[in-house]
Amino acid sequence: MNDERVVRVAGGQGFWGDDLEAPVRQVEGGPIDYLMLDYLAEVTMSIMQKQRARDPEAGFARDFVPLMERIFPTCIDAGVRVVTNAGGVNPEGCAAALVEAGRRAGVGGRAKVGLVTGDDLMGRLDELLERGHALANMETGEPLATIRDRVQSANAYIGAVPIVEALDKGADVVVTGRSTDTALTYGPLIHEFGWSYDDHDRIAAGVVAGHINECGAQCTGGNCLIDWWEIPDMAVVGFPIVEVSPDGTFVVTKHDGSGGRVSRASVAEQIVYEMGDPTTYITPDVIADFTTIHLDDQGGNRVRVHGVKGSARTDFLKVSIAYASGWKATGTLTYVWPDAAAKARAADRILRERLDRLGLSFDEIRTELVGWDSTHGPLVGEPPADLPEVQLRVGVRSDDRAAVERFTREIAPLILTGPPSVTGFAGGRPRVQEIMAYWPALIRREAVEAHLQVEVRDV
Amino acid sequence: MTRVQLVHLAHTRSGDKGDTENIGVIVYEEDHYELLREQLTVVAVKAHFGSMVSGDVERYELPNLGALNFLLHGALGGGGTTSLMNDAQGKVFSTALLRMEIEVSEDVAAAVAGKGRVPERWTPGGADPESEGRA
Repeated sequence: MNDERVVRVAGGQGFWGDDLEAPVRQVEGGPIDYLMLDYLAEVTMSIMQKQRARDPEAGFARDFVPLMERIFPTCIDAGVRVVTNAGGVNPEGCAAALVEAGRRAGVGGRAKVGLVTGDDLMGRLDELLERGHALANMETGEPLATIRDRVQSANAYIGAVPIVEALDKGADVVVTGRSTDTALTYGPLIHEFGWSYDDHDRIAAGVVAGHINECGAQCTGGNCLIDWWEIPDMAVVGFPIVEVSPDGTFVVTKHDGSGGRVSRASVAEQIVYEMGDPTTYITPDVIADFTTIHLDDQGGNRVRVHGVKGSARTDFLKVSIAYASGWKATGTLTYVWPDAAAKARAADRILRERLDRLGLSFDEIRTELVGWDSTHGPLVGEPPADLPEVQLRVGVRSDDRAAVERFTREIAPLILTGPPSVTGFAGGRPRVQEIMAYWPALIRREAVEAHLQVEVRDV
Repeated sequence: MTRVQLVHLAHTRSGDKGDTENIGVIVYEEDHYELLREQLTVVAVKAHFGSMVSGDVERYELPNLGALNFLLHGALGGGGTTSLMNDAQGKVFSTALLRMEIEVSEDVAAAVAGKGRVPERWTPGGADPESEGRA
């Protein structure tokens, strides 16, 4: 192995719904070795689960398939391998659709798709509970048995091992379910550099590279608070590329000529995103210590990252469980000057009295004034009488679907039966949403690892 | 001594884990890290948010990044999918911390004035040619 070489892992999606053109720009905009596409978040898995419940062939990031149809030939010709958790709660369905897309794109016979399964614990849940895995809620300590009959999906966060195996077996595209976001970046590094899983510092460095890479442009100038008004060409913002050396040090950068900015500040903001105890960033393969990260801004949109320390993995994997937990809906109306906020609050009071008279009960009714206090709450004080306009936003939650349904029919009547100067109802009646609540748990890793499977298929 | 809003001293980013909000606070100038370490205490941050945070506040230090990380438990109305909040995933929660007032010397206050805010007369189409601009 040539120790001078770097491996370039490009981040192409930071969530399901991210810039559809970004992965194309990553593949076509300059040299990269891997394209990693992160589609999953806590919320995403439950959305995908709902979709699979309606359609057994759904339940994965559908956008991924047409994207691959577009970039598959370029990836194969340029030797860019793709690693993604687009499989969501249905990686088999995703891989099958991908193989078809590859054939349509003309890479039949010269591409391989790797499929990682076994993270889905739904079918094994009762067996696991019987064998003594309590799957207690990490936050409340409650055993899963209290909500067992309402569980909609249960997936273990899995690490790099199956991704590395798929790459070792020659997969050009690796599709997983609930792989950790970071493993999509450090899996390829382990495959390329042959890092030992006992080499905690290097694996931890890969985790940090993955954490920086996993939210797309959020480390290259997107959603960046520092001097955001000076960040150039955001219309064609460059997504991140980590250029990793065999020793685990790496540079965060983006393609030449792309927009955005990579700086110490932009990278630091991403590092602290969704962080818990920074000394103990737990992944399936290592624990990374984020207080050991050193950033050197080299200028020219290049930030060098070094010094990362890690320690041995735990005996557990985290499990993401979604369970049905009632219904909710949110209605909005816009009230206008003069006395916009006073009108909105009067309307809220009338609405609540009507809900009460109808005998409807809710676990929560929440009222916010968008344009005044919906995000900073009581910190902003009383609204001024001259506020030009404000949006009344009322949300309700209940286990009783009929109550929530009736609430959605009580918004429009306020237009003619409430305070004046009201508009903004063109969107129609609010939609009733089923709540898929999140239940984080731990499981002994061997209970999952024995069931992980890697399959490589020809396109 | 005088007081300035945190927005002039630091930038922030927030994220969520269930019903827990995280706020990473990063100083603009390394010299101000100690100042924030002393004043952005768990007690002060909890008091700042008042009824917006029902649970405990935890703080972690990252001197290597000039950063403090706060965990605010019970801040998101039950968390991402359950919450009725406009900001259900706490994406902008951290900006509310930028309102907090920090005690600084007159020299520091003068040095950081305007920092963290869009320059006057700035427009999305580019700087106003009549504006002096500001680095």
